[in-house]
Amino acid sequence: MYAFTYHKAESVADAAAKVASADDGVLMAGGMTLLPTMKQRLAQPSDVVDLGGVASLAGISVTAETVSIGAMTTHDAVANSAEVKQAIPALASLASSIGDPMVRNRGTIGGSIANNDPAADYPGAVLGLGATVVTDKRSIPGDDFFQGMFETALEPGEIIQRIDFPIPKKAAYVKFPNPASRYAIVGVMAAETASGVRVAVTGAGPCAFRETAMETALAGNFSPSALDGVTVSPDGLNADIHASAVYRAHLIGVMAKRAVAACG
Amino acid sequence: MPRDDGIGASVRRKEDFRFVTGRGTYTDDINRYGQTYAAFARSPYAHARIDGIDTAAAQAVAGVVAVFTGDDLAAAGVNGLPCGWQIHSKNGEPMAEPGHPPLAQGKARYVGDAVAVVIAETRAAAKAGAEALEIAYTPLAAVASIRAAKAAGAAVFDDIPSNNCYDWELGDRADIDAAIAAAPQTVTLSLVNNRLVPNAMEPRSAIGDYDTATGEHTLFTTSQNPHVIRLLMGAFVLGIPEHKLRVVAPDVGGGFGSKIFHYAEEAVVTWAAAKIRRPVKWTSDRSEAFLTDAHGRDHETTVTLAMDNDGKFLALKVITDANMGAYLSTFAPCVPTYLYATLLAGQYTTPKIFAGVNAWFTNTCPVDAYRGAGRPEATYVVERIVEEAARHLNIDPAELRRRNFISPDAFPYQTPVALEYDSGNYAGTLALATKAIDYDGFKARQAASKAAGKLRGIGFSAYIEACGIAPSAVVGSLGARAGLYESGAVRVHPTGSVTFYTGSHSHGQGHETTFAQVIAERLGVSVENVDVVHGDTSKVQFGMGTYGSRSLAVGGSALSKALDKVEAKAKKIAAHLMEASDADVEFKDGVFTVAGTDKSVAFGDVALTAYVPHNFPHDELEPGLEEQAFYDPKNFTYPAGCHICEVEIDPDTGVIEIANFVAADDFGNIVNPMIVEGQVHGGIAQGVGQALMEGCVYGEDGQLVTGSYMDYCLPRADNLPNFKVSTQVTPCPHNPLGVKGCGEAGAIAAPAAVMNAVTDALRSVGVTKPIDMPATPSKVWAALNGA
Ligand SMILES: Cc1cc2nc3c(=O)[nH]c(=O)nc-3n(C[C@H](O)[C@H](O)[C@H](O)COP(=O)(O)OP(=O)(O)OC[C@H]3O[C@@H](n4cnc5c(N)ncnc54)[C@H](O)[C@@H]3O)c2cc1C
Repeated sequence: MYAFTYHKAESVADAAAKVASADDGVLMAGGMTLLPTMKQRLAQPSDVVDLGGVASLAGISVTAETVSIGAMTTHDAVANSAEVKQAIPALASLASSIGDPMVRNRGTIGGSIANNDPAADYPGAVLGLGATVVTDKRSIPGDDFFQGMFETALEPGEIIQRIDFPIPKKAAYVKFPNPASRYAIVGVMAAETASGVRVAVTGAGPCAFRETAMETALAGNFSPSALDGVTVSPDGLNADIHASAVYRAHLIGVMAKRAVAACG
Repeated sequence: MPRDDGIGASVRRKEDFRFVTGRGTYTDDINRYGQTYAAFARSPYAHARIDGIDTAAAQAVAGVVAVFTGDDLAAAGVNGLPCGWQIHSKNGEPMAEPGHPPLAQGKARYVGDAVAVVIAETRAAAKAGAEALEIAYTPLAAVASIRAAKAAGAAVFDDIPSNNCYDWELGDRADIDAAIAAAPQTVTLSLVNNRLVPNAMEPRSAIGDYDTATGEHTLFTTSQNPHVIRLLMGAFVLGIPEHKLRVVAPDVGGGFGSKIFHYAEEAVVTWAAAKIRRPVKWTSDRSEAFLTDAHGRDHETTVTLAMDNDGKFLALKVITDANMGAYLSTFAPCVPTYLYATLLAGQYTTPKIFAGVNAWFTNTCPVDAYRGAGRPEATYVVERIVEEAARHLNIDPAELRRRNFISPDAFPYQTPVALEYDSGNYAGTLALATKAIDYDGFKARQAASKAAGKLRGIGFSAYIEACGIAPSAVVGSLGARAGLYESGAVRVHPTGSVTFYTGSHSHGQGHETTFAQVIAERLGVSVENVDVVHGDTSKVQFGMGTYGSRSLAVGGSALSKALDKVEAKAKKIAAHLMEASDADVEFKDGVFTVAGTDKSVAFGDVALTAYVPHNFPHDELEPGLEEQAFYDPKNFTYPAGCHICEVEIDPDTGVIEIANFVAADDFGNIVNPMIVEGQVHGGIAQGVGQALMEGCVYGEDGQLVTGSYMDYCLPRADNLPNFKVSTQVTPCPHNPLGVKGCGEAGAIAAPAAVMNAVTDALRSVGVTKPIDMPATPSKVWAALNGA
């Protein structure tokens, strides 16, 4: 790790100001992604602005239509929230499948989404449930948020405050984990929502995406067999030592069916 | 009444209290006054010429104390790292044995090869210094695989253009070829034994220290064999005589073989500490460990088994290419030869066996012994081809094995591949294992899986290993450059407590408990009153260390011999105290008695008399009660057994679940059943890891693709079922405790059992093309889909 200056932010505005005034400042949430890259000397920020003390960023609130999760809410808090389990069980179960207990107790939803790792789980939920990302500057529809590998709609210094998930009629997330890292090789969120069927895929491409052919097939008949005729093209999908693009394309079909089946 | 802490008792491990409460002392926990920190600049290229190293910028980094390159070490007379075993090719030529400088000279030969060292006041400054070094490299074509090594073209060493280290044979090729040609039935398989990264929980660490007053050098290091390191580093690399070099291997957090070897960093910190007259510490980080801890396995083999129509084995031919990596690590050359080909008889009476082994240099991390070393590779070859033969002949795999087992009354049994097995009962462990897994119920379970859309398969592994390495005269004749005995000294203190000094080394095995139990059993003292000291050349007279499941078989035998001497002397003292003749004195449960009288004296009183010798047979004996013994084994020991694995495959995803795993092992006598069970569990986990998850991958350019846990998959608890393990006892007839060794069995047996089960499951849907380890979901799915 290279030397850096540590700051503890008092508020969202304070955090924004501290990052803006630094040479090469970076926000830190749980640090589960940021710190390993710093330790491996792959990242060399001049200043690290810790959001850990900003109380307004953490917490879950649920209304009849929406589950709002503060950016600094840990995976563990989401996984074990009785309210989330009640309103969107798929979201709690997704959070419980992330990493290990240490990671879940430090890692946050804001950090996960801001980082936009192609294999991360939460992007599948943001896209699959049609969530809205609320920052200190604006509201960004989930459909516009993920723009490429590790690329999001966030502008430099823009801070995620919370994510608003509309409560679906039903939804399920099924993940095929990478045997080594246990990130998603393919994760599929399937949901029946007020505004229609959504099928979002994470892990398989440069960033999470919607599988519109599946959405169309499921719109008339929300059952696994509706997906029988839908094939997924491997074009543009990720390939690595763990899974070829063809295998990923196949797994999207299998995980999607399982997700639809799990919706009950 | 047997003791509750003697031989056969599952005594809780004495050492665990300090380990689980975080109070172990590992090398990195040790800090010396005035200590500095070393960071190594490592080659980012698999193969590159080093055109020059400009150290000025590194020297200028705040806190940097010194910078040394390969040229500095050469100028100071530091030699290369030695290889401890010499193999001769079939033409009689000694193996190619290139130099292995601790810091590269002229060329870097693998990603991670140490090129320079920066020593600084802090670890951060050392790392900054290493980054500031300006090293001019000219990248060269990399030889990243066995295939590339065999192809004409790039050479790892200019003076070894073939990349061949040796071309070795065991057996009569023409005779076996003729036997195979004449046989009614043959089966052939090509197999890859995947390269593994050892991944001990504690990364390697080394601290060099130099006492300017006495001229004594001390090396604290993560080693399985500190005396061997002292010998190799002192005599060959740095030229320091034993009495001026102390090597301490304190608590060590796992080794699996990877901490046997003498590594460059050990020599560099020892040398540099004397040079700068300050202690120098280096601790590997996990990324360095992936790149530089000696890897394991990496064989490519073609095997042919010839049989008659009843499945009686007639001849076995094994052709293997083994990857040595970029340099010869300490014991590397013997692993694919004498630790491998000599085990190819397995548990069977195969009368004719031929093995031809070529070892190759590549631009990859050196490969050396890893849990099992040679024997897992042999078991994998034999047990995969035997299972293949059973399928080919349509004979039940258990039955085919029974038809070919060496029978229990045939021991000692001379195999065609040099070893003489001492004892065993292979049908016995097969029967135990088939019963434990309910073999008869398999077909019903397979049908139930099928009904649920899953594929179920079952696989056997009837393994044998040669442990307790080894008779020094034998290994010497095979090319070992050291003896392989063990030493132990029993020091009885005046009040009867005992300290045992052993040349064996514990890095997780529980020796502090097991050895104490042997002493408790013999002397009648409780295990609490016995301490075991190991891992310090200034305390233990000599030792060859721990590997090859040898600690109890060899180190325990030295202990047993030392206890014989203690008992004999104590008896004489007791006889004197009881005014009886030695011959009439009996010793049992810690009390000396005289036959036919009510006279008795306790062991503690004898110990006190030995140190407060007021009433003592001074004419006959010296005061004190301490005895040392060396034990050189008469033969290897031959643990053997049968593991059976049952898997269930999800054909939609290729995911394999281990549905059942049973192990029936014969380790001879067992001192602590709980510790043995733990060793078996850990071994099976590693074996399952090799079969299903672990695979070290280098790119064509020699870059390590699996350089972290993001890509290198270690088995976790939830990958494994509850194992059913049991033991059968056929004592070793030639060592005093009758023990054989248990540390490697799981890792040796499990891969073949798992892969036989996987291939069996695939066959149930007509997929006969074999797949190689690790059988990851993507590979299994591809196999099922004809890819
Ligand atoms: C061993 C391990 C296993 C893991 N397994 C999984 C897994 O299975 N699935 C999965 O999805 N993830 C996994 N992760 C990643 C984990 O979920 C991380 O916690 C997450 O990606 C980042 O969250 P964080 O709170 O730690 O963010 P940090 O590491 O602190 O920050 C990550 C990035 O987000 C930025 N950032 C943080 N908060 C905000 C904000 N409010 N507004 C704007 N930018 C912000 C930071 O500046 C930084 O660039 C794993 C991580 C580890 C270490």
